[in-house]
Amino acid sequence: MYDGGKIIIGLIIGLGLLLSPFFYNAGKAAKAPDPELTQKAKEAKVCVAPTTYMRESHFTLLDEWRHTVVRDGERYYTSDDGKKYYKGLQTTCLDCHSNYSKFCELCHNYVDVDPYCWDCHILPEEKK
Amino acid sequence: MNFFLSIIFSFIAVMVVVLIPWIGVGALDLRVLFGIVIPYAAMATFFVGIIIRVIDWGRSPVPFRIPTTAGQEWSFPWIKRNRIDNPKGLGGVIVRMLFEVLTFRSLFRNTRLEYRRTQGVPKVDYEWEKWLWLAAILFHYSFLVIFLRHFRFFTEPVPGFVTLLQNLDGFMQMGAAPFNGFGLPGVYLTDMLLMAAVTWLLLRRVLYSQMRYISLPADYFPLFLILGLGFTGMLMRYLFRVDVTKVKELAIGLFKFSPTAPEGIGVIFYIHLFILCVLIAYFPFSKLMHLAGVFLSPTRNLANNNRFVRHVNPWNYPVATHTYEEYEDEFRDHMIEAGLPVEKGADATAETEEKE
Amino acid sequence: MADTPKPEETAKIDHRAPLFEEGWMNKPAELKPGIYCYGSKPKNLEYVGMPYPKEWNPTDEDWQLPENWKEIIQEGFKDRLDRFRTLKLFMDICVRCGACADKCHFFIGSGDPKNMPVLRAELLRSVYRKNFTTGGKILGPFGGGRELTEEVLKEWWYYLYQCTECRRCSLFCPYGIDTAEVTILGRELTNLLGLNTDWIAAPVANCYRTGNHLGIQPHAYKDMLEFFTDEIEDITGIRMEQDFNRKGAEILFITPSGDVFADPGTYTAMGYMMLFHYLKSMGLDITWSTYASEGGNFGYFTSHEMAKRLNAKMYAEAKRLGVKWILGGECGHMWRVLNQYMDTFNGPADFLEEPVSPITGTKFENAKTTKMTHIVEFTADLIKHNKLKLDPSRNDHLKVTFHDSCNPARGMGFFEEPRYVIKNVCNHFYEMPPETIREQTFCCGSGAGLNAGEDMELRMRGGLPRANAVRYVHEKHGVNMLSCICAIDRAVFPDLMRYWVPEVDVTGVHEMVANALVFEGEKKRTTDLRGEPLPGMEDEEDV
Repeated sequence: MYDGGKIIIGLIIGLGLLLSPFFYNAGKAAKAPDPELTQKAKEAKVCVAPTTYMRESHFTLLDEWRHTVVRDGERYYTSDDGKKYYKGLQTTCLDCHSNYSKFCELCHNYVDVDPYCWDCHILPEEKK
Repeated sequence: MNFFLSIIFSFIAVMVVVLIPWIGVGALDLRVLFGIVIPYAAMATFFVGIIIRVIDWGRSPVPFRIPTTAGQEWSFPWIKRNRIDNPKGLGGVIVRMLFEVLTFRSLFRNTRLEYRRTQGVPKVDYEWEKWLWLAAILFHYSFLVIFLRHFRFFTEPVPGFVTLLQNLDGFMQMGAAPFNGFGLPGVYLTDMLLMAAVTWLLLRRVLYSQMRYISLPADYFPLFLILGLGFTGMLMRYLFRVDVTKVKELAIGLFKFSPTAPEGIGVIFYIHLFILCVLIAYFPFSKLMHLAGVFLSPTRNLANNNRFVRHVNPWNYPVATHTYEEYEDEFRDHMIEAGLPVEKGADATAETEEKE
Repeated sequence: MADTPKPEETAKIDHRAPLFEEGWMNKPAELKPGIYCYGSKPKNLEYVGMPYPKEWNPTDEDWQLPENWKEIIQEGFKDRLDRFRTLKLFMDICVRCGACADKCHFFIGSGDPKNMPVLRAELLRSVYRKNFTTGGKILGPFGGGRELTEEVLKEWWYYLYQCTECRRCSLFCPYGIDTAEVTILGRELTNLLGLNTDWIAAPVANCYRTGNHLGIQPHAYKDMLEFFTDEIEDITGIRMEQDFNRKGAEILFITPSGDVFADPGTYTAMGYMMLFHYLKSMGLDITWSTYASEGGNFGYFTSHEMAKRLNAKMYAEAKRLGVKWILGGECGHMWRVLNQYMDTFNGPADFLEEPVSPITGTKFENAKTTKMTHIVEFTADLIKHNKLKLDPSRNDHLKVTFHDSCNPARGMGFFEEPRYVIKNVCNHFYEMPPETIREQTFCCGSGAGLNAGEDMELRMRGGLPRANAVRYVHEKHGVNMLSCICAIDRAVFPDLMRYWVPEVDVTGVHEMVANALVFEGEKKRTTDLRGEPLPGMEDEEDV
C-alpha cells in the first residue's frame, strides 16, 4: 500500500500554503511607497533628528515626547544640532508634514502598521 | 560525541552562521548575495528538498497495517469503542490525525518516572509532566503566528487576517517599563513565548541527564538557530531598528521575482535573514522533517480494521512452508497409533520409505 | 547460567547518566550474563534454511561473521528501507524529545541508558545516517553518523534482544515512532548473519516441524489433552473428550502450545476444554489441530518472512479440515500477528465464512475478512446472552487484577472484553493504576522471545514496573491473583511474582471461567482446577 495520491495531495496543500506569498503577489504592482515632503518640509531641510533615525525610529521619539510632556511637563526638545523644538505631534510634526495621506499613511499602510496616535489626537484636515 | 562536544560544536556553528552575513554585508556590502541569491537558493533547497524527501518516503510501501491502538476497538454493539484513539475507518483516522497534529495528543500523555527505594523495596511512580508538551505547543504555535505575522512583509496589500493576528498578538500594547520606549512598537506575546519555549527546550537537554545523553549536535543546532533567529528578530524590532519599508521592498521583491536589495537596511536584518536561510536549507536534511513525517506515520494514520478490511502488501511473496503432507509423512505411524485421523493409510508410510 | 541477583540488589537502579562521560557512540556494549540469551544453535537455523548457521556464544570475541558481512547488512538495510516506509520514516523524523525515554520497562528496570527506546533506535539510526544520508556521510559523528563495526553489530544484537516489542514507547511518541518496528527489522538484519538467540530459533524450528514451539508431536499433543481430560473428570465427574484434526468441524481452535505444556497455562487449556464441552450440547462443533497446534509465532521475533511461514499453517489447516472459521485462544503476540498481519501475509481466506457464534447467532463483524475470533470475545458474547450458568462465588478466594498484554492492548485495543468476562466469573476485581493498564500497560518483561532462563535478570528487571503495579493493588486491596490473556504472561509471571510480589499467583481468564461454570450433572465441586479447595470447602474430604 502506497497511498501515493494522498501523499501528493498533502504535499500540494502543504507546499501551496508555504508558497502562498508567491501566488498572492503574482501580477500585482507593489511599488515601495515614496512619501512626499510638503513644501514647508522641503524648506526646513532638517527634521528634529536625522532622516535615517526618523525613518526607523520616529515612534520612539514620539513615545518619549509623550512621556516627558505628560508626566514630567518638559515641553521642549533639543536636537543633536542644538535646535530647540516644542514637543507636539500636531503643533510640530504635523506643521511640516501636513500631508497625512501622502506621508504617514503611505508607509504605515505598506507595512501594515496601525499607530494609535489617532486614538487621542485628532487627525488634522489636509489642505488640498 | 558527547554532550560538551555536541553543544559547543552546535553553538560555534551557529556563531559562524551569524558572522558570515555580518562580514558579508557589514564589511563587504554583498547585499545582492545575502539579500537575493542566498534566499532564493535556500527556498529552492527547502521546497525541492521537502518534495524529494516526501516522495522518497512515499516510494516505500506500507506493507502492514500497524496502528498503535490507544483505546477500545470496535467490537460488540454493547461495548463502547474509542472512535478517536482506535479508529475503525477514515473518519476516525482524520480526527486522530487532527488531534495529533494540532494538539500534540500523544505528547500530552507524557508522564515522568519517579523511582524510589524504601528499605530495598523499589517503588515506581509516574508523575505529572506536561512541561514538554506545553513548551512544544507554545513553540510551534508561536512560530506559526510569527511566520504569519511576517506576511505583512510578504504580501501587498496585506490581507486582513495578518492585521488581525498582529493586533491580537500585540493587544497588551505593552512597552517594557521602566525602559522608556524599549517595548516599542508594541510587544508581541508570541515573541516572548517563542523565546521562553525554545529556551526551555534547550535547557531540558542540558539539565536532564537522560536528555543530555541522547542529544546530538543535530538537536542543539536547530535550537540555537531558532534562538538566534528570534533574538535577531527581536533586536531588530526593539533595539537596532531597520527601515521596515525597505525590508518589505526586499522581501516582496523576492516573492514577485523582481528582487532588489535596497541600500540602507541594517546588517542585523541580513543576519536575521541568513539564519532563516540556513534554517530552511537545513530543513529537508534534518529531523525538522517531522513536519511532513508526522502525517505519514503508519502507527497513527491507519485504521485498526485489519480483521474486517483486507490490507494488501505490494511485495508479498510466496514463502516455503512445512505442509500438512510433509508433517503427516513424518508422524503418520504415531498418529495412527494415537487414533488421530490421517489423510493417507499406514501403507503410505511404507511407500515413502521405499522411495527413499 | 548466571545467578540472578537478589531483588534488593536488582532494585539499586540509577536512571541518571553521569555528567562527564564519553558519549554513547564511543562506548561499546558490555555483554552481561543474565541479560542476554544464548546464541542460536546451527541445527535450528538449518532446519528452516536461515543463513550462516554456526556454533557460537555471544561472549565470543569472534562471531564467525562471513567475509562480506558489512555488505550483507548494507544490502539488507537498503532492502528494508525500500520495503518498509516505517523504517525509512522512523530513521528520519525522530527529534529525540525524550518522551519515550522513561516509558520503557527495560530502562525503568535497568537504568541502562541504551534501553531508552530512542537510543535503541539510535543504535541503528547512527549507522543509517553514516551509510544512507549526506549529512552523516560528510559530518561523521558530528552529523550523528557512526561506522558499522563488529563492536556496533554486537551492540545492536545485545540491545535488539533486550526489547520486547511492546510498543509502549510508540504510544507516547509525538510522531508514533514505533521502536518495536525498529527492533523487528533490526533483528531481521542480525538474522541475515545467523545471529539469532536459540530461545527464538529453537521454537521456530520446532514449530515449523511439529506445528508448535515446544516440539510436541501429534500423539503427545493428544496425550496431554487426554491427561487434562482425566484431571477434569476428577474434579467435575464429567468426561470431556476433545476432537483432533476432525474434518468437517465447524470451527478450528488454535491456541499457544505453552498452555498445554506448563502450569498455570494448563489450567487455562483445561478451561477451554470445559467450555467447549459445556457448549457441545448447545451446538458447538469444534476441533483442535495437532498440525496447527501453535497460536503464538516466534517467527515474528525472527523476521516477517519467518512469521509468515509459521502463520501459514492456520489457514492451510482450516482449509484442509474444511472448517467455517477459526477460534483463537488467549495469547498476546499471537493476536498482534492475527490482527495486524495474518490476512496480509496469507489471506484472503475466502474459503472460510464470516464467523458466527453457533450458540448465540452473533455475527463477529469485526472478523469479517480474517475469519478468526478471539475466545474472550466469543465467551463475552455467550455471557452477554446468558448462555453460561456461572457461579462466581467459586472464585471468591481470589482477589483478581488484570494485566493487559501489550499486543492485544496496543496492537488491537482489546480492553473491555476480558474485563467483562472477568467481572462475570469472579466477585473481587481490582484495577491496577491507570498509567499501568490498558493502552499504557506495562510489558511482562519477557515477551518477543526473551522468556528464557539464562536472561532471568533481564526479565526480572523488565518486569519491575508491572510487578510494582501488582504490588500496589496487592497491598491496597489484597489482590492475590494476576489474570491475563497471554500464554507468555502465564509462563513468565509466576517467576516475576515470586521475585517481586511473592504472594500473588497467575491465571488465565478461561481458568476462572471454567471454575465458575456450573455443569449439569457434575459432582459437587470441592476444588478448583488446580486442586485447591474452593471457598467453604476447605474441610471436605476430597481435598
